[in-house]
Amino acid sequence: MLYSYTTPLIGGLLIGLSSVALLYFLGRMAGISSIVWGAISAQPDNSWRWLFLVGLVIGPLLYHQLTATAYPTASPLQWWHALIGGLLVGFGVKLGSGCTSGHGVCGIGNLSPRSLIATITFMATGIITVYVMRHLLEGM
Amino acid sequence: MRGIVALLCGMVFGAGLAVSGMTDTAKVLGFLDIFGTWVPDLAFVMGGAVCVTLVAFHFVLKRKQPVLSAGFALSGKTAIDGRLLSGATIFGIGWGVYGYCPGPALSALVYLDSKTVIFVVAMLVGMALANKAGSA
Repeated sequence: MLYSYTTPLIGGLLIGLSSVALLYFLGRMAGISSIVWGAISAQPDNSWRWLFLVGLVIGPLLYHQLTATAYPTASPLQWWHALIGGLLVGFGVKLGSGCTSGHGVCGIGNLSPRSLIATITFMATGIITVYVMRHLLEGM
Repeated sequence: MRGIVALLCGMVFGAGLAVSGMTDTAKVLGFLDIFGTWVPDLAFVMGGAVCVTLVAFHFVLKRKQPVLSAGFALSGKTAIDGRLLSGATIFGIGWGVYGYCPGPALSALVYLDSKTVIFVVAMLVGMALANKAGSA
């Protein structure tokens, strides 16, 4: 049982390390939604954002190839789950100025009460949503 | 130099997401399913990451400036207001619907599943809509 915690912990430490390095070298917070929005809305001094996003895709590819780890099983949910989920996630993170990385990892790391409240809120509504979809509207 | 550092940071971040299991929607939804057969493992992802940032940010931010930039670009926002709460609420619902938050969704593009592409495009549209609603 203990074994199942190792890879999440190692992954979490890598995410923390990356966030610290980005702040130490570039002075930027590794909030993915903010980086994405900055990249597509053509902010000045933008090349670092695009390169970070390229790395975000190359990193997993290298991990799976070099360690011969299989890709996760594709989601059994429908395409419209992806559509609705994506729309809500995008709208919510822009309105709330951050996601799991910006508020959860970096904001809490920076002792921001605002980010702590945001993190508790999206964790709670995520849990409630899964409860409703899996246990109230079974199979939706 | 800044570009190389950004690329490497992105790679380590993305690898971390893949190693941790965050790019696996089944694991994420299992983690959020605390009233069902709860799989608590993913708590160690944010737990591990926050342990690192909590300690290291404190020391990094004592520096006058970052190594490769003129200054630290921090949000400076402190308000706990309706925008923050409604945004976080909506984001959490979307996360629970499909199992991806923004970083893992982008990293998972490499698995070449068309539904991930739909998710990411919808996410960008959602951001643009919120931006429009916010500036109107």
